[in-house]
Amino acid sequence: MGGEDIWIVGIHMTKFGKHPDKDTVDLASEAVMGALGDGAMTMKDVGVLAAGNLMGASTGIGQQLQKQVGQTGIPVYNVANACATGATALRTAIMALKAGECDAGLAVGVEKLAGAGLLGGGARAEDADTWTRRGRYGQVAPIDGRIGTETMPGVFAQIGMEYGHRYGGVDFELFARISEKNHAHSTLNPLASYQKRFSLEEIMGDVMIAYPNTRPMCSANCDGAAAAVVVTDAKRRTLSLEQQRRAVKISASVLTTDPWEEACQVLPNVNTLTRNAAAQAYEAAGIGPGDLDLVELHDCFATAELVHYDNLMLCEEGGAADYFRSGATWRDGAKPVNVSGGLESKGHPIAATGIANIWEICHHLRGEAGERQIEGARVGLAHVIGLGSACGVHILERAAA
Amino acid sequence: MPEKIPFVDYLVLEPEPRLVAHECDSCSARFFDHRNACAACGAVSFHDVEIATTGEVRAFTIVALAAPGVPVPFAAAVVDCGGTSVRANLVNVPPDPEHISVGMKVKLATTLVGVDTAGTEAIGFGFEPLKGAANGR
Repeated sequence: MGGEDIWIVGIHMTKFGKHPDKDTVDLASEAVMGALGDGAMTMKDVGVLAAGNLMGASTGIGQQLQKQVGQTGIPVYNVANACATGATALRTAIMALKAGECDAGLAVGVEKLAGAGLLGGGARAEDADTWTRRGRYGQVAPIDGRIGTETMPGVFAQIGMEYGHRYGGVDFELFARISEKNHAHSTLNPLASYQKRFSLEEIMGDVMIAYPNTRPMCSANCDGAAAAVVVTDAKRRTLSLEQQRRAVKISASVLTTDPWEEACQVLPNVNTLTRNAAAQAYEAAGIGPGDLDLVELHDCFATAELVHYDNLMLCEEGGAADYFRSGATWRDGAKPVNVSGGLESKGHPIAATGIANIWEICHHLRGEAGERQIEGARVGLAHVIGLGSACGVHILERAAA
Repeated sequence: MPEKIPFVDYLVLEPEPRLVAHECDSCSARFFDHRNACAACGAVSFHDVEIATTGEVRAFTIVALAAPGVPVPFAAAVVDCGGTSVRANLVNVPPDPEHISVGMKVKLATTLVGVDTAGTEAIGFGFEPLKGAANGR
């Protein structure tokens, strides 16, 4: 990452779950005030605000938020980038700082999704009375279910199955065991939507959504928000010693989209853009996958977590199944992955996810993760992917003692 | 014989059902949708190419929960047809993991999507197991 280092000085996530009495502005405000308080900053210190709320992408969540927590006249960027919206908001604030526009910025992501049900596709429209061609495929009626599936569980199921076809050694039970790990991890995270440990039998025997993903193998729809305050290195050096001690360095901030490859417009290719983002991030940070003490990756489905072990280069190419079976990604393994419980149990309030995973990493780097602390954590990586596609990777490092 | 209309414009019914892709004149990237330009190289001219009618299942899922109005269960797949990937349902095979596997050989088949008020049949497509193939079932 060229130029001056950028640091996170304050970060907060709300409890993920059901918040029937709070709207998106309440949740975003809670996250923002929490992050400002954590960084001992106020809205008057902040020079730029980037905000995301995917389900209300046209409502100007940033300005609605300002009207509750501080209308200081600063520029607001309302961003939308599918499930990478939170990471995109954070990166937008970072870019403003790197461009020299200001020395402190704020990023927030919020979503209300509790009870939203199946995502992707939406209700299929009724067929017309007479066949008329429309759309980019000249279809005479809606395509979902007639030419494959547009549901997220179904798309990501195929992504995992394709990995298995290419490299072998993958079956329903393997994917279920990944889910078993993340649900086990969630029991130590009081902010997770669900903190229930499931047995392998319970996971495999639960309601099938899209084979091989059963219900507990899918990300949990929930409400939640997360926010982060970022500052330039020059600004950080003006802060108190305690603020400097708790500051977390953003060693890499990368956003990619999917480059064209055969099949990428048939089944989304979540692999190449993640691999590209990881390679760029490792290069920028001067850090390799072997240096990471923990990883929060985008397990929107159990089938997705497997492929990202490979895409983030945590394992040899093609070796993700063996890597998982080695126990490496459990919290007591060599490379703990999703110690927060991941999207499958912590939950996936879309726009909040890309900042909440950074909150998790920061918590460990600061030694403040309580019962689930990964001891001595110095370096972590946070990854999100939004279909379409967009991939965000951030590498974070603890401040030198 | 009722009138027939292909469900999508990249399905051609006569004389034999087949899929037709738009291939970039410059880099040979293939696309099934209406094009503005080539996503791979930026060129703007294309010609049509016929896609192989047999292939191999590269990925599949069995959708048990879908959007309202979509009948379940059904098997959705990506089929590698001689190097060109095609999205389709697997048809004429029970939608369960005992009957479907990655690597299985399949061939193009047509399906009746529905009949409109004018009596016109919309003909769709899917892939069915290729009988007699080593990996077909």
